[in-house]
Amino acid sequence: MTRYILNRLGQSAVILVLVSLIGFVVLNLAPGGPLSQFALTPGMSQAELDRIAEQLGLNRPLLVQYIDWFSRLFIGDWGRSFRDGQSVLAIIAGHLPATLLLMGTSTLVSILIGTWVGVMGAVRRYSVFDTLATVGAMVALSIPTFWFGLVAIYLFSLNLKWLPAGSMYTIGDQSIGDYAIHLILPVMVLAFVNVAIWSRYMRSATLEVIDQDFVRTARAKGLPYRRVLIHHIVRNALLPMITLAGLQLPTILGGALVTETVFTWPGMGRLFLDSIGYSDYPVIMGILMFSAILVLLGNLMADLLVGLADPRVRLG
Amino acid sequence: MSANITVSDLSVSFRSARGYVPVVHGISFSIRPGETLALVGESGSGKSVTSMAIMKLLAPAPMTRIEGRAVVTDNQGNPVDLVALDEKQLRHIRGNRIAMIFQEPLTSLNPVHTVGDQIAEAIRFHERLSKAEARRRALSLLEQVGIPEPAKRLDTYPHELSGGMRQRVMIAIALAMEPDILIADEPTTALDVTVQAQILGLLRDLQRKKGMAILFITHNFGVVAEIADRVMVMYAGRIVEEGSVLHVLSSPRMPYTRGLLASVPRLEHAGLGQAELGTIPGYVPDPAAPPAGCAFHPRCAHNKPGICDVEPPELVEVRAGHQLRCSRWQELCLEGGVR
Amino acid sequence: MTTAAAPLSVFATPAWYQNRTLRRFMRHRLAVMGTVMIALLIMACVFGPYLLPYDDLKIDIRHRFAAPFTGDHYLGTDALGRDTAARLLNAGRISLLVGFFAMVISTVIGASIGVIAGYYRGWLGAVLMRIVDAFLSFPSVFLVLVLAAFIKPNPIMITVIIAATSWMEIARIVETEIRSLRERDFILAARMIGASSRWIMFRELVPNAIGPIIVAATLTIAHAILLEAYISFLGYGIQPPLPSWGNMLNSAQQYLGKAPWLAIVPGLAITLAVASFNFIGDGLRDALDGRSDLK
Repeated sequence: MTRYILNRLGQSAVILVLVSLIGFVVLNLAPGGPLSQFALTPGMSQAELDRIAEQLGLNRPLLVQYIDWFSRLFIGDWGRSFRDGQSVLAIIAGHLPATLLLMGTSTLVSILIGTWVGVMGAVRRYSVFDTLATVGAMVALSIPTFWFGLVAIYLFSLNLKWLPAGSMYTIGDQSIGDYAIHLILPVMVLAFVNVAIWSRYMRSATLEVIDQDFVRTARAKGLPYRRVLIHHIVRNALLPMITLAGLQLPTILGGALVTETVFTWPGMGRLFLDSIGYSDYPVIMGILMFSAILVLLGNLMADLLVGLADPRVRLG
Repeated sequence: MSANITVSDLSVSFRSARGYVPVVHGISFSIRPGETLALVGESGSGKSVTSMAIMKLLAPAPMTRIEGRAVVTDNQGNPVDLVALDEKQLRHIRGNRIAMIFQEPLTSLNPVHTVGDQIAEAIRFHERLSKAEARRRALSLLEQVGIPEPAKRLDTYPHELSGGMRQRVMIAIALAMEPDILIADEPTTALDVTVQAQILGLLRDLQRKKGMAILFITHNFGVVAEIADRVMVMYAGRIVEEGSVLHVLSSPRMPYTRGLLASVPRLEHAGLGQAELGTIPGYVPDPAAPPAGCAFHPRCAHNKPGICDVEPPELVEVRAGHQLRCSRWQELCLEGGVR
Repeated sequence: MTTAAAPLSVFATPAWYQNRTLRRFMRHRLAVMGTVMIALLIMACVFGPYLLPYDDLKIDIRHRFAAPFTGDHYLGTDALGRDTAARLLNAGRISLLVGFFAMVISTVIGASIGVIAGYYRGWLGAVLMRIVDAFLSFPSVFLVLVLAAFIKPNPIMITVIIAATSWMEIARIVETEIRSLRERDFILAARMIGASSRWIMFRELVPNAIGPIIVAATLTIAHAILLEAYISFLGYGIQPPLPSWGNMLNSAQQYLGKAPWLAIVPGLAITLAVASFNFIGDGLRDALDGRSDLK
């Protein structure tokens, strides 16, 4: 197990370095590089630009700049926002909880529903339910999330007036119930796509397990149907899903960003768009790097979880 | 003495694009307590399908059709026909009055649960008892099947055990409720030769102690000689010869049986060597397009056109307790082809 | 050289392959439906604008927010009184073209990297695949948005940006495929007769991996159309007055209560196009996978 963890940690470290390289390249792709913000300011002379460049260390060779930037990432100095001079990490930390709330709730909902749909589809393969679920999932994956959000707002908020159209709470209320009501629409929209993904994978994972010898043994033991299904079939089918959940993390995160923009949800996605609007490069880069690191950590955690859930990996 | 299981006229067909294809045709047999009946045949002969049909482990109704009867005794001592039972009623019989062990002990055990849990589970769904009590029973079962340091093994996972140990665990699971009938579907095929002999010995010992009936499925006549009392040879879904091990192994009458036996290296060493069954030319016929007459005639050395390819032979008793299915058995006897 | 390798190429794509594949594809009802939908959509976008009574850029302030199916504007008008139907079909040209070319570019990038990584394995393959992993660590929406915000958006740059963030899946698929293919007999044979690495990679390996590549490419079109729609919706993609399905939705949000069709119509068009490509991809996957014959 220790060797397995070390191996995975090593791989993640390599990917992290590559991720930072990509980030650095993207940063310097901007017209005028990280300085373009100032270049646009009227009345800024070339001399002044050079002075700022020197202050920020932008006149050094790119490699030196990269190493400096990367080591600062490590010690937690992610720069300061062009907008209000706040530390980038603090800004991200301020917006993270909202995103985690949205992502967490919707992931939970989609795993529950998606697992059920996938298992039922596999158990009754080619039934009406299975066919509908398969076609439904493909259609769900084709609907643009942001548009689905707009339609949901139109239906449930503007037309039926059941639910609020956006933001996370009513100013002055902020009770748990108020949060919950604001959560429903964005969670529903975000979960819609995730259920489709999860149920498809769960269906094929279940089909892999359902014909295995140990399922036959379980039936030969005289176990009730539900016991065979949950304890033997689903328990084993969920194993590959852990890794998959890790791999799906960028998609879920991207989906959350999209959903946040439609529902004016005060999370990282909203922050990201605002920062792009203000050309606030430090924050943009911060979020980009932060989300990639989050994904890497998520994958690492998924691998460790597989190690805990699957005795064959645990000892291997 | 009444039989533990009586199978009569059992037929199985699988659904295909062109209707139901029969794979097992009207098989009948019974096994008494303490008796072992070996079911022998090449792969594709229908022997595994027969056992799975008795356990009702084949795909459900529209996919497969099972006819006939398979009568066992339920917990209350009443005779029940497994073929007629639904899943709910079956579950009280399966793993309780009739149990089964399989060819691949590794894949037949759930990789994510401990050995102890998998044994305890086989008890707890038939009998009301505490977790601790179930665990004690599991421990004693591991002891009975001869697993060293059973207390330690309870919490291990299947992949940590050797092939022989895994099969012992499978036997422990099967015997958890002291069933009347044990179906063993090639339980030693996947094992090393020495381990094979140990497992066969274990099954014999356990049978002597518990008095269960065993239906032993194999393609290996060496194993048959080792463990069985009676033997039933199957070809293309039919019984082609049946009799005591002594009769069938020492004086087989049906050419197919002889072919199978000839392919065993030497009877004296049997049980130690894997039987090779490649010496009969040709293949088992396609169940969807069986040959006319005797199903074996296209591969038979004694095939006589006009006799063998016309009328399918009936099962006839050639001496007490020895039956076979061959149109020319009398002639072949005289020719000296068979003693 | 050519004469020696020619029979190998024949072996690589046997003649029956095409027919059987086509037959299996035709049996996939959704895929056939998707193909018909896409064909109709392309024809509508190519010829439709010439047949409609209104130009997509003609502003008519007196007829703002006309509802669909009421007047002679079939799908109504927008906030400037422009004909929605004309805008939809013209936008379709852009969106479909961006999707198509993004697919072409990302397939070329992805397949090349996948082939090289799969063929050479070793450290080169490992590094390439780790780069793929690194790209996959970023939510693609984030990367596209940053690039689109940094780079002056025009349709070509948008296409390139989308392609630059969509090639990884294909690279992965191709790498896996090539790795298993390169040990097969016909590759060993090609190597024995002295074929060059490049010949083996692009004349022997790629044609044999073409099935999974086609499937992934089809799904990439769907993905690219969705990405374009999203960044254009946010205002960083295709810039007005050039219409795209995404930027038609951009202004729709604020008139959601007043003129919901402005949001519904382009969204349906996107869903239809994306679903059709997804269906085709699914059908191709089944058709190119010989195992589905067993069922």
